[in-house]
Amino acid sequence: MTNVFAYAEARNGELRKVALETVTAARKLADSIGGEVHALLVGAPGIGARADQLAQHGADVVLVSEHAGFSQYNPEAAAALAADRIKGGGYRAAIFATSAQGRDLAPRVAAKLGVGLVTDVTAVELNGDVVIVRHPMNIGKIVATISIANTPAVISIRPNTFTPVPSARQGRVETVAPVGDPSASRVVVKELIQGGGGKLDLSDAPVVIAGGRGLKAAENFKMVEELADAFGNAAVGATRAVTDDGWRPHSDQIGQTGRLVSPDLYIAVAISGAVQHLAGMRTSRTIVAINKDKDAPIFKVADYGIVGDAFEVVPVLTAAVREARKGH
Amino acid sequence: MDVRFKISADGTSVDEAGLKYDINDFDSWAVEAALQLKEKAGQGEVVVISLGPDAAQETIRKALSMGADRAVHLKADRIPFDGFAIAGALAAELRDGGYDLILFGKMSPDSSNGIVGPIVAEMLGLPCVSAISRLDVADGKGTAKRELEGAQEIVEFPLPAVLTVDEGLNTARYPSLKGIMAAKRKPLEVKPALLGDTKVSVQRLELPPERAAGRIIGEGAAAVPDLIKALQTEAKVL
Repeated sequence: MTNVFAYAEARNGELRKVALETVTAARKLADSIGGEVHALLVGAPGIGARADQLAQHGADVVLVSEHAGFSQYNPEAAAALAADRIKGGGYRAAIFATSAQGRDLAPRVAAKLGVGLVTDVTAVELNGDVVIVRHPMNIGKIVATISIANTPAVISIRPNTFTPVPSARQGRVETVAPVGDPSASRVVVKELIQGGGGKLDLSDAPVVIAGGRGLKAAENFKMVEELADAFGNAAVGATRAVTDDGWRPHSDQIGQTGRLVSPDLYIAVAISGAVQHLAGMRTSRTIVAINKDKDAPIFKVADYGIVGDAFEVVPVLTAAVREARKGH
Repeated sequence: MDVRFKISADGTSVDEAGLKYDINDFDSWAVEAALQLKEKAGQGEVVVISLGPDAAQETIRKALSMGADRAVHLKADRIPFDGFAIAGALAAELRDGGYDLILFGKMSPDSSNGIVGPIVAEMLGLPCVSAISRLDVADGKGTAKRELEGAQEIVEFPLPAVLTVDEGLNTARYPSLKGIMAAKRKPLEVKPALLGDTKVSVQRLELPPERAAGRIIGEGAAAVPDLIKALQTEAKVL
């Protein structure tokens, strides 16, 4: 048993970035045991056209299941199909993403298979015959090393942790039929509401600019959005105090009860740095804090700090970033 | 409040000395959702189930003081890390309970796996919608909203069902003094947790490495040029 299964997440006919991360993680594990990566790609008719991207990132085989009942995420049918393929394929491990979809799907699949599952995995390796993973817990204040002895080990990886690496394969495409009728699922996604009009999502953005209550009012987030615009590859987030007050939607909240982000650059604007907020962003590669209180806890995790009034500093920073990015 | 965890001498569990059990946010929103559904329907019963050591009864009492009708404490020496073991015990208790809805918080901040709800649903063969931020129930059917990365899903499902609760669904009420007094007289049944098989095991726990100390670049807008330089030349993110 040397092959590794990867679930390639798609939405609205497009692969999500986590699909490439999942295949990359599977490739790394399969290489350590000399096995193949088999990626499952589920979607409406036409989704098979995305198989090539998976092959480019290391999938030896792409299992494609097209059905009109898969045009939206279909949790019951997707779980039934994934469990069936994993059971039949004799895989050493099955890898999902710890995304909204993967968080929903992986436990269903593990339960159908009766095998163990660890989510939000930041590292995976094989020790003899046992899959060993790292998993942050207790709001990121503890890191657990966990062994999964049974086969297959089902894990879901933390987004933005396994950087997609090109590793081109031929990517043999195999067509697989759904298990049962996907149109007969009890749980039905009736509608997908796409937010943000093409804006980068918090999980995918290389740069995240987050604002706190120090911004004083919802309309002052315009300043944060302008800084994000200056970067061109940034998404805007907020603290829980801000989303609780309705200045920004709950989906923008970064922290213990909200989103976990791990961008290349995180800029905290007028954020004091409560432990619940730090839980959602402390693994960012570079952290910048702008706060007028020099004793704010955010400065303890920040690589670079500016002590000052955000209303004064941010517009100047925005102009400077625009200048620096000229020619990009 | 900043929490500093200590690892037990065995290296595989959190030292709970000095830590206080409390209901987590997601669970408190799940309890609130159940109470609101009962209030809207004008009938029904809200039952709270918790698994853990004796200290879990504080959490149970809190839910009862919010307004739940009765509780079941599935007693275990400690809360296992493995969601499968927990789900097995909960499914055994829930199986013949005749519940219309089984609500979970979407994840515990302790083990941070978020898998118990969907696994229980699979064990019971019930439809499941996870991480909901809006809920309407009528005529044996439900409609829920799920928050995705940069999008939302509107999901329909039949009852009975298992739901897990995300932020945004509601704001949990504070127990009233009257509620706290009433909770003391509400039924709390204690039975042993029939934990399922353990499928994964914790080898060791560690505190994550501290971030290397950063530096204050300067004060006010005058510090911006130095920040830009640092982002370009040191961090190489600009």
